[in-house]
Amino acid sequence: MEFIKKILGIVWLILAAIAAYFCIVQFGFPKFQTGHQEDLVFGIIIVFILTPIISIGLGVFGYFALTGEFDESKM
Amino acid sequence: MTTESKETKGIWKVIGASSLGTLIEWYDFFIFGSLSIVISTKFFPADNPTAAFLSTLATFAAGFVVRPFGALFFGRLGDVIGRKYTFMATLLLMGGATFLIGCIPSYETIGFWAPLLVLILRLLQGLALGGEYGGAATYVAEHSPKGQRGYWTSWIQTTATFGLFVSLIVILITRTLMSEEQFDDWGWRVPFLLSIAMVYVSYLIRKNMDESPEFKKVKAEGKTSKNPLKESFGNKYNLKFVLLALFGAAMGQGVVWYTGQFYSMSFMKTVMHLHTDQADMILGIALLCGTPFFIFFGWLSDKVGRKWVMLTGMALALLTYRPIYEQMYQLTNTEKKTELVDKKEVKEEMIEKDDKIVSQIITQRVYDDGTITKEIITNQPESEVKKDLHGHPIVQQKTSVHLSGMNYVFLVLLIFIQIIYITLVYGPIAAFLVEIFPVNIRYTSMSLPYHIGNGVFGGLLPAVSTYLATNAQSLHDPEYYLAGLWYPIIISAVCFIIGALYINKSIYAKNQ
Repeated sequence: MEFIKKILGIVWLILAAIAAYFCIVQFGFPKFQTGHQEDLVFGIIIVFILTPIISIGLGVFGYFALTGEFDESKM
Repeated sequence: MTTESKETKGIWKVIGASSLGTLIEWYDFFIFGSLSIVISTKFFPADNPTAAFLSTLATFAAGFVVRPFGALFFGRLGDVIGRKYTFMATLLLMGGATFLIGCIPSYETIGFWAPLLVLILRLLQGLALGGEYGGAATYVAEHSPKGQRGYWTSWIQTTATFGLFVSLIVILITRTLMSEEQFDDWGWRVPFLLSIAMVYVSYLIRKNMDESPEFKKVKAEGKTSKNPLKESFGNKYNLKFVLLALFGAAMGQGVVWYTGQFYSMSFMKTVMHLHTDQADMILGIALLCGTPFFIFFGWLSDKVGRKWVMLTGMALALLTYRPIYEQMYQLTNTEKKTELVDKKEVKEEMIEKDDKIVSQIITQRVYDDGTITKEIITNQPESEVKKDLHGHPIVQQKTSVHLSGMNYVFLVLLIFIQIIYITLVYGPIAAFLVEIFPVNIRYTSMSLPYHIGNGVFGGLLPAVSTYLATNAQSLHDPEYYLAGLWYPIIISAVCFIIGALYINKSIYAKNQ
């Protein structure tokens, strides 16, 4: 189980990068270009609030998992 | 009176005082959303771009940005000076802000100040809500007898759903007691103004409560944290639990909660075209029937553990959302129903709209299963007809569907099932969050993942799901109406895997 937790750390890191790509390129930036103010606010929230939480947060979580911080002995 | 019955009486006082206050805070937060249409006409005229911009900010910022900041600000206070005084402050802040929204003169009277003041007060509401929940949950959990935290904190968990219910009821009663013009003129202010009386009662009750025994003990021993923010998020050992709480529980809980309570409502009204009153009633019945299950699953989590109760809710949600919403969609899909042609009615009415007389053609159709549809086509004057990108005139058409008989009951059941998922994930989560953090940084550490999970991941659900559905529709996906569900399904699936693998008993056993 400890091994699976560590290996999945890589998955969380990859997922964090994919989430960052989708949040910024697919959801965020296109909203900046529509010219509608409500889209602008939504875009800002996606890029500056949701993206850091998902990508940085999940990335740090993945790093902790990969380095064994969630091993039973360290809990 | 035995020691045990005195203890039980004491805990009921704690529950009563805490739950009432939290209920009022949710009520205050939800009435703004429930009255958003009338508020926008009074404070945020659509033809003024600055006011419209402030409106969008008020909608998004209070729910997504400010709540986590409230969690940090009041969480820190709660861990330094105590739970009782902090969640008294959040209560008064929320009540004051809500009352003042009801007092602000309209845009017509004071111009730009009106939307600006509403925005500021709405942000204060978000800040207060961010601080309230963690305080109430921690306070109740720290009063609870050993092994019963799930049961007792589940009373706090009912308040969010019940707060929404009470807000709908208060608005409904206010509407019933006056004419539509009166409600539009000043009546909409009543639910806001009422808040001050409710908050005052709750304040009087909370004022006489004692500080939590666990916090008192830590304070007496001089073990309170000097800097809870640094200890919670700057310390690697605690930070990993904050991240685990967020990605292994709160994130999934947030999307399941928003799907069941808000996306379902929006789906009924905008995709199924169900009549607004009927959609509100169906959700109201499902909420009322589902609320006791918060208590049941909170209690069950004391017996079998919190983790699998919450994860069962997420697993059921991600596996069944698509079939549930497919069934919901088909209930009003008239393409698969047989029309009773002899009962079709078409009539034309003249109505006043924007100071002009326009005609409406109303077509009512009845189907073999009792479903009734009403289609209203409004004929605009030639000069006001809007055109689409291809230059074709846009017809102003509104359809509403009315269900009856077994279809109505079946829809209530489908919404009720989603409320049960909410109770599974939400019932035990307060006890779970409280138990994974030590007393000295508990308020700060548990509040942030909760408000990011619920406020950010959950709060963005309507916007992200609408985007996904619109995108699928533009790509001519025949099941576009289910595309919005990918967001809660993916988030729940990731959360389920993280929760199942990384959460184990040892992480909360040390704080029980």
